[in-house]
Amino acid sequence: MIEALAGPFVEFGFMRRALMGCIAVSVGATPIGVFLMLRRMSLTGDAMAHAILPGAAVGYLVSGLSVWAMTIGGLIAGMAVALLAGFVTRVTALKEDASLAAFYLISLALGVLIVSTRGSNVDLMHVLFGTVLALDDSALVLLCAIASVSVVTLALILRPLVLECADPQFLRSVSGASAATHFVFLGLAVLNLVGGFHALGTLMAVGIMILPAAAARFWVGGIGGLMAVAVGIAILSSLAGLLLSYHYSLPSGPAIILVAGIVYAVSLIVGPQGGILPRILPGRPSEA
Amino acid sequence: MMDAALSFENLTLGYDRRPAVNGLDARIAEGSLTAIVGPNGAGKSTLLKGLTGSLPPMAGAVAFGGLSREDIAYLPQQSEIDRSFPLSVLDLVSMGLWHRIGLFGSLRAADRRRVAEAIAAVGLEGFERRAVGTLSGGQMQRVLFARLLLQDARLVLLDEPFAAIDTRTMADLLAIIHRWHGEGRTVLAVLHDFEAVKAHFPETLMLARTLVDHGPTKRVMTAENHFRARQMCEACDGPPHTCGRSAA
Repeated sequence: MIEALAGPFVEFGFMRRALMGCIAVSVGATPIGVFLMLRRMSLTGDAMAHAILPGAAVGYLVSGLSVWAMTIGGLIAGMAVALLAGFVTRVTALKEDASLAAFYLISLALGVLIVSTRGSNVDLMHVLFGTVLALDDSALVLLCAIASVSVVTLALILRPLVLECADPQFLRSVSGASAATHFVFLGLAVLNLVGGFHALGTLMAVGIMILPAAAARFWVGGIGGLMAVAVGIAILSSLAGLLLSYHYSLPSGPAIILVAGIVYAVSLIVGPQGGILPRILPGRPSEA
Repeated sequence: MMDAALSFENLTLGYDRRPAVNGLDARIAEGSLTAIVGPNGAGKSTLLKGLTGSLPPMAGAVAFGGLSREDIAYLPQQSEIDRSFPLSVLDLVSMGLWHRIGLFGSLRAADRRRVAEAIAAVGLEGFERRAVGTLSGGQMQRVLFARLLLQDARLVLLDEPFAAIDTRTMADLLAIIHRWHGEGRTVLAVLHDFEAVKAHFPETLMLARTLVDHGPTKRVMTAENHFRARQMCEACDGPPHTCGRSAA
Protein backbone atom coordinates (compact mmCIF):
# COMPACT_ATOMS: atom_id res chain seq x y z
CA MET A 1 0.00 0.00 0.00
CA ILE A 2 2.72 2.45 1.08
CA GLU A 3 4.74 1.34 -1.92
CA ALA A 4 1.80 2.15 -4.22
CA LEU A 5 1.32 5.58 -2.64
CA ALA A 6 4.89 6.72 -2.14
CA GLY A 7 6.77 4.56 -4.63
CA PRO A 8 6.18 6.67 -7.77
CA PHE A 9 7.34 9.84 -6.00
CA VAL A 10 10.40 8.14 -4.44
CA GLU A 11 11.38 6.49 -7.67
CA PHE A 12 10.73 9.17 -10.31
CA GLY A 13 11.87 12.79 -10.36
CA PHE A 14 9.16 13.76 -12.84
CA MET A 15 6.48 12.61 -10.37
CA ARG A 16 8.05 14.67 -7.57
CA ARG A 17 8.18 17.70 -9.87
CA ALA A 18 4.57 17.14 -10.91
CA LEU A 19 3.47 16.93 -7.26
CA MET A 20 5.45 20.04 -6.34
CA GLY A 21 3.98 21.93 -9.31
CA CYS A 22 0.46 20.87 -8.37
CA ILE A 23 0.98 21.91 -4.74
CA ALA A 24 2.18 25.33 -5.91
CA VAL A 25 -0.84 25.70 -8.20
CA SER A 26 -3.17 24.57 -5.38
CA VAL A 27 -1.74 27.03 -2.85
CA GLY A 28 -1.82 29.97 -5.28
CA ALA A 29 -4.90 29.36 -7.38
CA THR A 30 -7.43 27.79 -5.03
CA PRO A 31 -7.88 30.78 -2.67
CA ILE A 32 -8.47 32.90 -5.79
CA GLY A 33 -11.05 30.30 -6.84
CA VAL A 34 -12.79 30.72 -3.46
CA PHE A 35 -13.27 34.42 -4.18
CA LEU A 36 -14.30 33.80 -7.79
CA MET A 37 -16.97 31.44 -6.47
CA LEU A 38 -18.14 33.81 -3.73
CA ARG A 39 -18.34 36.67 -6.26
CA ARG A 40 -20.36 34.44 -8.59
CA MET A 41 -17.51 34.74 -11.11
CA SER A 42 -16.75 31.03 -11.55
CA LEU A 43 -17.63 31.17 -15.23
CA THR A 44 -15.64 34.39 -15.59
CA GLY A 45 -12.63 32.36 -14.44
CA ASP A 46 -13.42 29.78 -17.09
CA ALA A 47 -13.67 32.47 -19.76
CA MET A 48 -10.38 34.04 -18.69
CA ALA A 49 -8.68 30.62 -18.77
CA HIS A 50 -9.70 30.23 -22.40
CA ALA A 51 -8.71 33.81 -23.13
CA ILE A 52 -5.10 33.03 -22.17
CA LEU A 53 -4.74 30.68 -25.13
CA PRO A 54 -4.03 33.09 -28.01
CA GLY A 55 -1.40 34.95 -25.95
CA ALA A 56 0.30 31.71 -24.97
CA ALA A 57 0.03 30.58 -28.59
CA VAL A 58 1.77 33.73 -29.83
CA GLY A 59 4.50 33.10 -27.24
CA TYR A 60 4.76 29.56 -28.54
CA LEU A 61 4.92 30.85 -32.13
CA VAL A 62 7.79 33.18 -31.24
CA SER A 63 9.81 30.96 -28.90
CA GLY A 64 8.44 27.43 -29.12
CA LEU A 65 7.51 25.75 -25.81
CA SER A 66 9.29 28.45 -23.78
CA VAL A 67 7.71 28.81 -20.34
CA TRP A 68 8.39 32.53 -20.01
CA ALA A 69 7.27 33.54 -23.52
CA MET A 70 4.01 31.62 -23.15
CA THR A 71 3.51 33.07 -19.65
CA ILE A 72 3.94 36.66 -20.76
CA GLY A 73 1.73 36.10 -23.80
CA GLY A 74 -0.94 34.44 -21.64
CA LEU A 75 -0.86 37.22 -19.05
CA ILE A 76 -1.28 39.94 -21.68
CA ALA A 77 -4.12 38.12 -23.45
CA GLY A 78 -5.91 37.18 -20.20
CA MET A 79 -5.84 40.70 -18.78
CA ALA A 80 -6.79 42.20 -22.16
CA VAL A 81 -9.89 40.01 -22.42
CA ALA A 82 -10.90 40.60 -18.79
CA LEU A 83 -10.60 44.38 -19.24
CA LEU A 84 -12.18 44.43 -22.71
CA ALA A 85 -15.15 42.39 -21.51
CA GLY A 86 -15.65 44.86 -18.64
CA PHE A 87 -15.32 47.80 -21.04
CA VAL A 88 -17.87 46.35 -23.50
CA THR A 89 -20.29 45.74 -20.60
CA ARG A 90 -19.95 49.35 -19.45
CA VAL A 91 -20.33 51.07 -22.83
CA THR A 92 -22.80 48.77 -24.58
CA ALA A 93 -26.09 47.05 -23.77
CA LEU A 94 -24.41 43.62 -23.56
CA LYS A 95 -24.30 41.92 -20.14
CA GLU A 96 -20.91 40.80 -18.78
CA ASP A 97 -21.55 37.05 -19.18
CA ALA A 98 -22.41 37.40 -22.88
CA SER A 99 -19.49 39.75 -23.44
CA LEU A 100 -17.05 37.32 -21.75
CA ALA A 101 -18.49 34.38 -23.69
CA ALA A 102 -17.97 36.24 -26.97
CA PHE A 103 -14.38 37.10 -26.13
CA TYR A 104 -13.41 33.67 -24.88
CA LEU A 105 -14.89 31.85 -27.87
CA ILE A 106 -12.96 34.13 -30.21
CA SER A 107 -9.82 33.67 -28.08
CA LEU A 108 -10.11 29.90 -28.04
CA ALA A 109 -10.60 29.68 -31.80
CA LEU A 110 -7.72 32.10 -32.41
CA GLY A 111 -5.42 30.23 -30.03
CA VAL A 112 -6.08 26.83 -31.57
CA LEU A 113 -5.58 28.34 -35.02
CA ILE A 114 -2.23 29.91 -34.08
CA VAL A 115 -0.89 26.73 -32.46
CA SER A 116 -2.04 24.63 -35.43
CA THR A 117 -0.26 26.85 -37.96
CA ARG A 118 3.12 25.88 -36.55
CA GLY A 119 2.79 23.03 -34.08
CA SER A 120 1.63 19.48 -34.25
CA ASN A 121 -1.46 17.98 -32.61
CA VAL A 122 0.79 16.94 -29.73
CA ASP A 123 1.71 20.61 -29.11
CA LEU A 124 -1.95 21.55 -29.24
CA MET A 125 -2.80 18.85 -26.68
CA HIS A 126 0.01 20.15 -24.44
CA VAL A 127 -1.41 23.66 -24.57
CA LEU A 128 -5.00 22.58 -24.03
CA PHE A 129 -4.43 19.90 -21.37
CA GLY A 130 -1.05 20.78 -19.88
CA THR A 131 2.15 18.88 -19.29
CA VAL A 132 2.24 18.31 -15.57
CA LEU A 133 4.51 15.25 -15.92
CA ALA A 134 7.01 17.25 -17.95
CA LEU A 135 7.53 20.30 -15.72
CA ASP A 136 11.14 21.45 -15.95
CA ASP A 137 13.08 23.61 -13.48
CA SER A 138 12.04 26.92 -15.01
CA ALA A 139 8.34 25.92 -15.03
CA LEU A 140 8.57 24.80 -11.41
CA VAL A 141 10.26 28.05 -10.38
CA LEU A 142 7.55 29.98 -12.23
CA LEU A 143 4.72 28.08 -10.51
CA CYS A 144 6.28 28.58 -7.05
CA ALA A 145 6.88 32.29 -7.77
CA ILE A 146 3.27 32.75 -8.90
CA ALA A 147 2.00 30.97 -5.77
CA SER A 148 4.19 33.16 -3.52
CA VAL A 149 3.16 36.42 -5.22
CA SER A 150 -0.46 35.33 -5.14
CA VAL A 151 -0.54 34.44 -1.43
CA VAL A 152 1.24 37.65 -0.38
CA THR A 153 -0.91 39.89 -2.60
CA LEU A 154 -4.12 38.21 -1.49
CA ALA A 155 -3.13 38.76 2.14
CA LEU A 156 -2.52 42.46 1.37
CA ILE A 157 -5.87 43.03 -0.36
CA LEU A 158 -7.95 40.61 1.73
CA ARG A 159 -9.87 43.22 3.74
CA PRO A 160 -10.97 45.43 0.81
CA LEU A 161 -11.57 42.33 -1.31
CA VAL A 162 -13.97 40.89 1.27
CA LEU A 163 -15.83 44.22 1.41
CA GLU A 164 -15.76 44.57 -2.38
CA CYS A 165 -17.51 41.19 -2.56
CA ALA A 166 -19.96 41.56 0.32
CA ASP A 167 -20.71 45.27 0.53
CA PRO A 168 -19.17 47.20 -2.38
CA GLN A 169 -21.14 50.41 -1.76
CA PHE A 170 -19.83 50.60 1.79
CA LEU A 171 -16.25 50.07 0.56
CA ARG A 172 -16.67 52.90 -1.95
CA SER A 173 -17.93 55.15 0.83
CA VAL A 174 -14.91 54.56 3.10
CA SER A 175 -12.09 54.01 0.64
CA GLY A 176 -10.98 54.72 -2.89
CA ALA A 177 -9.47 51.23 -3.09
CA SER A 178 -12.49 49.57 -4.70
CA ALA A 179 -11.45 49.72 -8.37
CA ALA A 180 -7.80 48.97 -7.59
CA THR A 181 -8.83 45.94 -5.51
CA HIS A 182 -10.97 44.62 -8.35
CA PHE A 183 -8.19 44.96 -10.91
CA VAL A 184 -5.53 43.45 -8.63
CA PHE A 185 -7.88 40.53 -8.03
CA LEU A 186 -8.46 40.09 -11.77
CA GLY A 187 -4.69 40.23 -12.26
CA LEU A 188 -4.18 37.51 -9.64
CA ALA A 189 -6.84 35.36 -11.30
CA VAL A 190 -5.13 35.67 -14.70
CA LEU A 191 -1.67 35.10 -13.16
CA ASN A 192 -2.81 31.89 -11.50
CA LEU A 193 -4.63 30.70 -14.59
CA VAL A 194 -1.41 31.17 -16.55
CA GLY A 195 0.44 29.17 -13.88
CA GLY A 196 -2.22 26.49 -13.91
CA PHE A 197 -2.07 26.45 -17.68
CA HIS A 198 1.53 25.20 -17.61
CA ALA A 199 0.59 22.29 -15.37
CA LEU A 200 -2.95 21.47 -16.41
CA GLY A 201 -3.54 23.28 -19.71
CA THR A 202 -5.98 26.05 -20.56
CA LEU A 203 -9.01 23.80 -20.44
CA MET A 204 -8.24 22.23 -17.05
CA ALA A 205 -6.52 25.10 -15.19
CA VAL A 206 -9.75 26.63 -13.94
CA GLY A 207 -10.80 23.22 -12.54
CA ILE A 208 -8.20 23.30 -9.77
CA MET A 209 -9.43 26.80 -8.90
CA ILE A 210 -13.15 26.26 -8.79
CA LEU A 211 -13.89 22.61 -7.92
CA PRO A 212 -12.06 22.57 -4.54
CA ALA A 213 -13.61 25.95 -3.69
CA ALA A 214 -17.10 24.70 -4.53
CA ALA A 215 -16.52 21.50 -2.53
CA ALA A 216 -15.20 23.44 0.50
CA ARG A 217 -18.40 25.54 0.57
CA PHE A 218 -20.26 22.41 1.77
CA TRP A 219 -17.95 21.88 4.74
CA VAL A 220 -17.05 25.25 6.29
CA GLY A 221 -18.59 28.70 6.58
CA GLY A 222 -15.88 31.29 7.31
CA ILE A 223 -13.67 32.77 4.62
CA GLY A 224 -10.41 31.59 6.24
CA GLY A 225 -11.75 28.07 6.70
CA LEU A 226 -13.00 28.01 3.12
CA MET A 227 -9.57 28.88 1.75
CA ALA A 228 -7.77 26.35 3.99
CA VAL A 229 -10.17 23.48 3.18
CA ALA A 230 -10.16 24.31 -0.54
CA VAL A 231 -6.34 24.26 -0.67
CA GLY A 232 -6.36 20.95 1.22
CA ILE A 233 -8.84 19.43 -1.24
CA ALA A 234 -6.79 20.72 -4.20
CA ILE A 235 -3.56 19.18 -2.86
CA LEU A 236 -5.23 15.84 -2.06
CA SER A 237 -6.88 15.80 -5.51
CA SER A 238 -3.50 16.47 -7.11
CA LEU A 239 -1.85 13.67 -5.13
CA ALA A 240 -4.64 11.18 -5.87
CA GLY A 241 -4.90 12.25 -9.53
CA LEU A 242 -1.16 11.83 -10.09
CA LEU A 243 -1.18 8.37 -8.49
CA LEU A 244 -4.18 7.26 -10.55
CA SER A 245 -2.50 8.65 -13.64
CA TYR A 246 0.69 6.70 -12.83
CA HIS A 247 -0.90 3.37 -11.92
CA TYR A 248 -3.60 3.30 -14.61
CA SER A 249 -1.82 5.22 -17.42
CA LEU A 250 -4.41 8.01 -17.41
CA PRO A 251 -3.73 11.56 -18.63
CA SER A 252 -2.68 13.33 -15.42
CA GLY A 253 -4.43 16.74 -15.83
CA PRO A 254 -7.90 15.28 -16.37
CA ALA A 255 -7.26 12.67 -13.63
CA ILE A 256 -6.50 15.43 -11.09
CA ILE A 257 -9.56 17.45 -12.08
CA LEU A 258 -11.78 14.36 -12.03
CA VAL A 259 -10.66 13.51 -8.48
CA ALA A 260 -11.49 17.10 -7.49
CA GLY A 261 -14.84 16.55 -9.22
CA ILE A 262 -15.48 13.41 -7.17
CA VAL A 263 -14.67 15.30 -3.95
CA TYR A 264 -17.10 18.00 -5.08
CA ALA A 265 -19.84 15.42 -5.80
CA VAL A 266 -19.38 13.75 -2.40
CA SER A 267 -19.40 17.17 -0.66
CA LEU A 268 -22.54 18.13 -2.54
CA ILE A 269 -24.30 15.06 -1.16
CA VAL A 270 -23.01 14.80 2.42
CA GLY A 271 -21.53 18.24 3.20
CA PRO A 272 -22.99 19.61 6.46
CA GLN A 273 -23.23 23.19 5.14
CA GLY A 274 -26.19 22.91 2.80
CA GLY A 275 -25.43 19.48 1.26
CA ILE A 276 -28.31 17.39 -0.10
CA LEU A 277 -28.50 14.75 2.66
CA PRO A 278 -28.27 17.15 5.64
CA ARG A 279 -31.04 19.19 4.00
CA ILE A 280 -33.47 16.31 3.56
CA LEU A 281 -32.67 14.30 6.68
CA PRO A 282 -34.55 15.27 9.85
CA GLY A 283 -32.53 17.13 12.46
CA ARG A 284 -31.07 20.52 13.08
CA PRO A 285 -31.15 22.63 9.91
CA SER A 286 -27.70 23.49 8.58
CA GLU A 287 -26.52 27.05 8.08
CA ALA A 288 -25.94 27.44 4.35
CA MET B 1 -28.73 80.74 9.83
CA MET B 2 -26.91 77.48 10.61
CA ASP B 3 -23.77 76.52 8.69
CA ALA B 4 -24.29 74.24 5.71
CA ALA B 5 -23.03 70.68 6.07
CA LEU B 6 -23.71 70.18 2.37
CA SER B 7 -24.42 72.42 -0.61
CA PHE B 8 -25.53 71.06 -3.97
CA GLU B 9 -24.76 73.40 -6.84
CA ASN B 10 -26.40 72.47 -10.13
CA LEU B 11 -25.56 68.87 -9.22
CA THR B 12 -26.13 66.31 -11.96
CA LEU B 13 -25.51 62.62 -11.29
CA GLY B 14 -26.26 59.63 -13.48
CA TYR B 15 -25.29 56.39 -15.10
CA ASP B 16 -24.09 55.79 -18.66
CA ARG B 17 -24.42 59.50 -19.48
CA ARG B 18 -28.12 59.45 -18.45
CA PRO B 19 -28.82 61.83 -15.60
CA ALA B 20 -30.69 60.39 -12.63
CA VAL B 21 -30.39 63.64 -10.64
CA ASN B 22 -30.49 66.77 -12.77
CA GLY B 23 -29.29 70.27 -11.85
CA LEU B 24 -30.00 70.00 -8.12
CA ASP B 25 -29.50 73.14 -6.03
CA ALA B 26 -30.02 72.78 -2.29
CA ARG B 27 -28.36 73.41 1.03
CA ILE B 28 -28.46 70.98 3.96
CA ALA B 29 -27.94 72.68 7.31
CA GLU B 30 -25.41 71.27 9.73
CA GLY B 31 -27.10 69.22 12.44
CA SER B 32 -30.33 68.88 10.48
CA LEU B 33 -32.44 65.72 10.25
CA THR B 34 -33.68 65.53 6.67
CA ALA B 35 -35.83 62.99 4.85
CA ILE B 36 -35.29 62.57 1.12
CA VAL B 37 -38.55 61.57 -0.55
CA GLY B 38 -39.82 61.18 -4.08
CA PRO B 39 -41.32 58.67 -6.48
CA ASN B 40 -39.47 55.55 -7.61
CA GLY B 41 -36.68 56.53 -9.98
CA ALA B 42 -36.53 60.07 -8.57
CA GLY B 43 -32.78 59.82 -7.96
CA LYS B 44 -32.86 59.55 -4.16
CA SER B 45 -30.37 56.67 -3.80
CA THR B 46 -28.28 58.11 -6.63
CA LEU B 47 -27.95 61.34 -4.66
CA LEU B 48 -26.59 59.44 -1.65
CA LYS B 49 -24.13 57.56 -3.87
CA GLY B 50 -22.97 60.91 -5.20
CA LEU B 51 -22.40 62.10 -1.63
CA THR B 52 -20.34 59.03 -0.71
CA GLY B 53 -18.06 59.63 -3.68
CA SER B 54 -18.92 56.36 -5.42
CA LEU B 55 -20.64 58.25 -8.24
CA PRO B 56 -18.75 61.30 -9.54
CA PRO B 57 -20.89 64.29 -10.67
CA MET B 58 -21.62 64.57 -14.40
CA ALA B 59 -22.00 68.32 -13.83
CA GLY B 60 -22.13 70.73 -10.92
CA ALA B 61 -20.63 70.04 -7.52
CA VAL B 62 -21.20 69.21 -3.87
CA ALA B 63 -19.59 71.46 -1.27
CA PHE B 64 -18.97 69.40 1.85
CA GLY B 65 -18.39 72.32 4.23
CA GLY B 66 -15.12 70.96 5.59
CA LEU B 67 -16.29 67.35 5.87
CA SER B 68 -13.81 64.69 4.79
CA ARG B 69 -14.52 61.09 3.77
CA GLU B 70 -13.92 60.02 7.38
CA ASP B 71 -16.76 62.27 8.52
CA ILE B 72 -19.34 60.48 6.36
CA ALA B 73 -21.10 57.24 7.30
CA TYR B 74 -23.33 55.47 4.79
CA LEU B 75 -26.00 52.82 5.13
CA PRO B 76 -26.52 51.11 1.76
CA GLN B 77 -29.77 49.42 0.83
CA GLN B 78 -29.84 45.82 2.07
CA SER B 79 -30.35 44.62 -1.50
CA GLU B 80 -26.86 45.91 -2.35
CA ILE B 81 -25.24 43.65 0.25
CA ASP B 82 -24.39 40.06 -0.66
CA ARG B 83 -25.62 38.25 2.42
CA SER B 84 -24.57 34.86 1.08
CA PHE B 85 -20.95 35.96 1.56
CA PRO B 86 -19.54 34.15 4.63
CA LEU B 87 -19.17 37.05 7.04
CA SER B 88 -20.00 37.05 10.74
CA VAL B 89 -21.84 39.85 12.53
CA LEU B 90 -18.57 40.68 14.32
CA ASP B 91 -16.67 40.93 11.00
CA LEU B 92 -19.25 43.21 9.41
CA VAL B 93 -19.66 45.53 12.39
CA SER B 94 -15.86 45.77 12.83
CA MET B 95 -15.65 47.34 9.39
CA GLY B 96 -17.13 50.45 11.00
CA LEU B 97 -13.61 51.04 12.32
CA TRP B 98 -12.21 51.13 8.78
CA HIS B 99 -10.83 54.65 9.13
CA ARG B 100 -8.81 53.57 12.20
CA ILE B 101 -7.65 50.14 11.09
CA GLY B 102 -7.45 50.80 7.32
CA LEU B 103 -6.27 48.11 4.94
CA PHE B 104 -3.85 46.33 7.23
CA GLY B 105 -4.42 47.37 10.87
CA SER B 106 -5.67 44.99 13.51
CA LEU B 107 -8.24 45.47 16.25
CA ARG B 108 -6.86 46.38 19.67
CA ALA B 109 -8.55 45.51 22.96
CA ALA B 110 -10.20 48.96 23.07
CA ASP B 111 -11.51 48.48 19.52
CA ARG B 112 -12.99 45.12 20.42
CA ARG B 113 -14.74 46.72 23.38
CA ARG B 114 -16.20 49.40 21.10
CA VAL B 115 -17.41 46.74 18.65
CA ALA B 116 -19.04 44.80 21.50
CA GLU B 117 -20.70 47.99 22.79
CA ALA B 118 -22.04 48.85 19.33
CA ILE B 119 -23.49 45.35 18.93
CA ALA B 120 -25.06 45.59 22.39
CA ALA B 121 -26.46 49.07 21.61
CA VAL B 122 -28.55 47.65 18.75
CA GLY B 123 -29.75 44.72 20.90
CA LEU B 124 -27.75 41.96 19.24
CA GLU B 125 -25.60 40.67 22.12
CA GLY B 126 -24.91 36.98 21.57
CA PHE B 127 -25.15 37.30 17.78
CA GLU B 128 -21.44 38.10 17.28
CA ARG B 129 -20.51 34.77 15.65
CA ARG B 130 -23.67 34.42 13.60
CA ALA B 131 -23.27 34.51 9.81
CA VAL B 132 -25.03 37.58 8.40
CA GLY B 133 -26.81 35.30 5.92
CA THR B 134 -28.78 33.72 8.78
CA LEU B 135 -30.18 37.01 10.12
CA SER B 136 -33.67 38.38 9.53
CA GLY B 137 -34.08 41.68 7.66
CA GLY B 138 -34.55 43.56 10.92
CA GLN B 139 -31.54 41.94 12.58
CA MET B 140 -29.42 42.75 9.52
CA GLN B 141 -30.47 46.39 9.69
CA ARG B 142 -29.49 46.46 13.37
CA VAL B 143 -26.05 45.08 12.39
CA LEU B 144 -25.64 47.84 9.81
CA PHE B 145 -26.65 50.46 12.38
CA ALA B 146 -24.03 49.04 14.77
CA ARG B 147 -21.46 49.60 12.03
CA LEU B 148 -22.71 53.18 11.62
CA LEU B 149 -22.38 53.73 15.38
CA LEU B 150 -18.72 52.73 15.18
CA GLN B 151 -18.11 55.10 12.29
CA ASP B 152 -19.01 57.95 14.64
CA ALA B 153 -19.49 60.31 11.67
CA ARG B 154 -20.69 63.93 11.50
CA LEU B 155 -22.76 63.21 8.39
CA VAL B 156 -24.92 60.06 8.32
CA LEU B 157 -26.50 58.94 5.04
CA LEU B 158 -29.24 56.31 5.28
CA ASP B 159 -30.68 54.62 2.19
CA GLU B 160 -34.09 53.19 3.05
CA PRO B 161 -33.25 52.36 6.68
CA PHE B 162 -36.76 51.08 7.47
CA ALA B 163 -37.39 48.90 4.41
CA ALA B 164 -38.84 45.48 5.32
CA ILE B 165 -38.37 45.70 9.08
CA ASP B 166 -40.85 45.26 11.93
CA THR B 167 -42.26 48.17 13.94
CA ARG B 168 -40.20 47.41 17.06
CA THR B 169 -36.94 47.45 15.10
CA MET B 170 -38.05 50.64 13.39
CA ALA B 171 -38.72 52.27 16.76
CA ASP B 172 -35.29 51.21 18.06
CA LEU B 173 -33.52 52.51 14.94
CA LEU B 174 -35.50 55.77 15.06
CA ALA B 175 -34.30 56.22 18.64
CA ILE B 176 -30.70 55.94 17.40
CA ILE B 177 -31.39 58.45 14.62
CA HIS B 178 -32.90 60.91 17.11
CA ARG B 179 -29.87 60.46 19.34
CA TRP B 180 -27.58 61.33 16.42
CA HIS B 181 -29.73 64.40 15.74
CA GLY B 182 -29.49 65.39 19.39
CA GLU B 183 -25.72 65.08 19.22
CA GLY B 184 -25.65 67.62 16.38
CA ARG B 185 -24.86 65.18 13.58
CA THR B 186 -26.36 65.81 10.15
CA VAL B 187 -28.63 62.97 9.04
CA LEU B 188 -30.08 62.42 5.55
CA ALA B 189 -32.41 59.47 5.09
CA VAL B 190 -34.10 58.19 1.93
CA LEU B 191 -37.58 57.15 3.01
CA HIS B 192 -40.80 55.84 1.50
CA ASP B 193 -42.87 55.82 4.70
CA PHE B 194 -44.51 59.27 4.62
CA GLU B 195 -46.02 58.85 8.09
CA ALA B 196 -42.56 58.26 9.54
CA VAL B 197 -41.27 61.31 7.65
CA LYS B 198 -44.03 63.55 9.03
CA ALA B 199 -43.63 62.19 12.58
CA HIS B 200 -39.85 62.12 12.92
CA PHE B 201 -38.07 64.26 10.30
CA PRO B 202 -38.21 68.04 10.72
CA GLU B 203 -36.82 68.72 7.21
CA THR B 204 -37.71 67.15 3.88
CA LEU B 205 -36.09 67.32 0.47
CA MET B 206 -38.49 66.17 -2.23
CA LEU B 207 -36.80 64.97 -5.37
CA ALA B 208 -38.08 64.08 -8.84
CA ARG B 209 -34.70 63.87 -10.57
CA THR B 210 -34.56 67.58 -9.88
CA LEU B 211 -35.64 69.52 -6.82
CA VAL B 212 -39.39 69.66 -6.17
CA ASP B 213 -39.22 71.35 -2.78
CA HIS B 214 -36.96 71.53 0.26
CA GLY B 215 -37.73 72.87 3.72
CA PRO B 216 -39.82 72.12 6.80
CA THR B 217 -41.56 68.78 6.39
CA LYS B 218 -45.06 70.22 6.97
CA ARG B 219 -44.60 72.65 4.10
CA VAL B 220 -42.97 70.18 1.69
CA MET B 221 -45.16 67.07 2.22
CA THR B 222 -48.25 68.36 0.47
CA ALA B 223 -50.53 66.56 -1.99
CA GLU B 224 -49.67 69.20 -4.59
CA ASN B 225 -45.92 68.56 -4.29
CA HIS B 226 -46.42 64.78 -4.50
CA PHE B 227 -48.49 65.24 -7.64
CA ARG B 228 -45.86 67.53 -9.18
CA ALA B 229 -43.11 65.05 -8.29
CA ARG B 230 -44.91 62.18 -10.01
CA GLN B 231 -45.51 64.28 -13.12
CA MET B 232 -41.90 65.47 -13.25
CA CYS B 233 -40.62 61.88 -13.00
CA GLU B 234 -42.98 60.76 -15.76
CA ALA B 235 -41.75 63.66 -17.92
CA CYS B 236 -38.19 62.41 -17.41
CA ASP B 237 -39.18 59.04 -18.85
CA GLY B 238 -40.06 60.87 -22.08
CA PRO B 239 -37.75 62.88 -24.38
CA PRO B 240 -34.63 64.14 -22.56
CA HIS B 241 -35.40 67.85 -23.17
CA THR B 242 -38.56 67.60 -21.05
CA CYS B 243 -36.71 66.24 -17.98
CA GLY B 244 -36.67 68.56 -15.00
CA ARG B 245 -39.67 70.64 -16.10
CA SER B 246 -42.52 70.96 -13.70
CA ALA B 247 -45.86 69.89 -15.09
CA ALA B 248 -47.63 72.40 -12.89
